[in-house]
Formats: sequence, C-alpha cells, structure tokens
Amino acid sequence: MVDLQARQAWAAAAAVLDPEVPAVTVADLGILRSVEIDVNGRAIARVTPTYSGCPAVLAIELAIEVALIKAGFDPVIERVITPAWTTDWITEQGREKLRAYGIAPPVMGSSSKRALFGDVVVACPRCAGQNTSKLSEFGSTACKAHYRCNTCLEPFDYFKCI
Amino acid sequence: MQKATFLALIRLADDHLILGHRLSEWCGHAPMLEEDLAMPNIALDLIGQARALYSYAGEIEAAGRDEDALAFGRIEREYQNLLICELENGDFAQTMLRQFYFASFMLLLWEQAQRSSNTILAAIAAKAVKEAKYHRRHCGEWVIRLGDGTDESALRMQAACAVLEPYLAEFFQVDEVVLEMSKNSILPDPLSLRAAWLADVCEVFGAAKIAPPDLSHAHKGGRKGRHTEAMGHLLAQLQYMQRSFPNMTW
Repeated sequence: MVDLQARQAWAAAAAVLDPEVPAVTVADLGILRSVEIDVNGRAIARVTPTYSGCPAVLAIELAIEVALIKAGFDPVIERVITPAWTTDWITEQGREKLRAYGIAPPVMGSSSKRALFGDVVVACPRCAGQNTSKLSEFGSTACKAHYRCNTCLEPFDYFKCI
Repeated sequence: MQKATFLALIRLADDHLILGHRLSEWCGHAPMLEEDLAMPNIALDLIGQARALYSYAGEIEAAGRDEDALAFGRIEREYQNLLICELENGDFAQTMLRQFYFASFMLLLWEQAQRSSNTILAAIAAKAVKEAKYHRRHCGEWVIRLGDGTDESALRMQAACAVLEPYLAEFFQVDEVVLEMSKNSILPDPLSLRAAWLADVCEVFGAAKIAPPDLSHAHKGGRKGRHTEAMGHLLAQLQYMQRSFPNMTW
C-alpha cells in the first residue's frame, strides 16, 4: 500500500516541468532526488538545486508541492545540497529531450580548467555538426553557455557541465 | 567553538554577499553582452553561496536571526568581509582581476572544506567548489586576454594590479577565529593555501605577461569590521529596502 502510494507520489512530482527549460521534467534533470511516504502519510519530496544561486529553485519547489497536492498528497518539500548536483544526473531521456529542444546536452566530463580555448567539442543540437564555437561562457540561465554552429550558422544554448 | 564557527561563517558569507553585490552593479553596463550575462551569473552564484552560509550561521547563533536579518540588518562594523570585496569595481580589467584573485582563493578553500569535520559546511563547499572552478577559469582567461592583449588593455590590467595588490595579503591573515577553525578541521588555515594560490596566480600572470604580485604590504581591518570608505556607500544601496520597510518580503 505504502509502496504504491510512494510510486504515485513520485509519478506526480516527477512530471513537473523545469520552469526555465520546459522541455524537461525535474526527474529528467536529476533535481528531484526522491519522494517517499513517511509514517504519518505525508509525501516527502527531496529536491536539490543545480547552482547555489539558481533563482528557479523556489518556483520548482512550489510546483512540486502543488503537483503533489493535486494528486491528493500532503507534501513536505526538503531541500538537500549533498551530494552536490552534477550534470551527470541528467537522464539519457533528459539529454535527448534537451537536444530535441535545441539545447546541446553537457559533454560528459568536460569541466576542465582551460576549456575556453577549445578542448571540448560540443555538437550542434540542430545539424549535429561538430564545428561549433563558444560565444559566451555564460548564457540565459546559470546552467547554460552560448554557442554557434559554424556549419548551419545557428546559435544555440549548451547545458554546461558541472 | 560555536562562536568561532558563527564568525567564520559570517566572514565567508559577507565576502560572498558584498562581492556578489559589487558584481551585480555591472548588470546592464558591461562592455559586451556576453559579459553582461557572465557577471550577474557569477554574482548569483556568490549570493546563493552567501545565503546558504548565512542561513547556517543563523541556526548556529540560535538568536532568531535568519539569512535576511544577517544580510541586511547589521551595521557596517558588524560586516567582516575582506576589504578587496567591497572596493569599487573600477574598470572591467580591475573587476576581472579581483574576481580571478577571489575565485582562485575560494577554489582552494572550498576544495579543502569539502573534507570539513562539519558536514553542513562540507556540503556547501562541495556545491560551491564547482562554481568557483568555473569562475576561476572564466576570469583567469580574461586576465590573460587583457594582460597580453592590446597596448591599452595591457595598461589597464597593469593599473588594476597596482590598485588591488595592497589588498591581497588580507586573504591569508591568521587570527584566533581562523586558528580555532583549522584546529578543529572545520575550515583550512588560509595561510596554508598561500603557496598554491600564488602558484595559480603566477601561472596565469605568466601567460598574461604580468609580474607576480608583491604581498609584503597589506591593508587589513575587514575581519575586524573596519572598512574602507566604499563600504558605507555599498551598504546604503544593499540595505535600502530592508531599512525602509523592515521585514518586507517580495
């Protein structure tokens, strides 16, 4: 019984979309860490921020709370910061959704010291071209950098690797 | 011990809040759009880190002060940030050089603090270390680009070095709070980070064709709440809303 409830609560919370990248869910991004039902029947959802200063954290927590209430649960949202979120937690499905949305998913293990002068290849999410250049180390949100494809000439966001 | 931990957290939080506030002043004024995004992004990270530190400091103090009360409700003498954090931005070169110095130092400090005996601080550090790494790289590349760039950019970077140099040694100042923290393996003694920091700075300066900094003279006082003239002006802006409408929320 409790197990079924936990699954239902997870399904409700996991379907919440990221407010800044509405192509992916909080589960796809790996920021919804767990949902369990405690002894008092409350749904405990644990959420971790991507960046310390991510301004979307509060909106995400509220959206998960609302989703759980709508699904008939009595939610408690807990913010956890350990272990620290990493882009490696973005699911394979999440990476594909990002790409389809026009955002290049993080290149695994690319958080090197001097990546600015070009030791990482980020493929264009539109034409899959490998010849791309970084326009800006920081993009429209804390989690993205800005690139341009030199093949199809389209600019695109890159979900940077941490 | 709890008192020393509280003070150590406040110092770190103040460094991040005050420097984050300074960086945010560039929003809408940067020399190019990319940097107009970069500086507020870095500022957000710093202020996010400050929030975690203030919240935890408030819990330890157990006097009912939350992150907002600590960030906005103190007088100038109660802030214990490094003086370098509060200095006016100067030009873009000076802003980037300061940010590079700070990120390089914090990267070393957070790396050690990930193994802190204090598990909450270790968790904050594990998160912040990734962000500091990104800041250090971004700002370090700017130091190189400007230092070894045009005649004008090289002059600007050299001028920035001269302005900031007297504020560097304060990073490594040791006092009873620092010793208490390192003795209990809560935070590293900053003096123990000096050689690694200088090596990192010299590596970037070598590529930027800048002479290594001289750390023999230091303006000090930030850790005792004695600030430069710039601080009062900064706080007037930072605290305006909370002073006008105490306990306001958005």
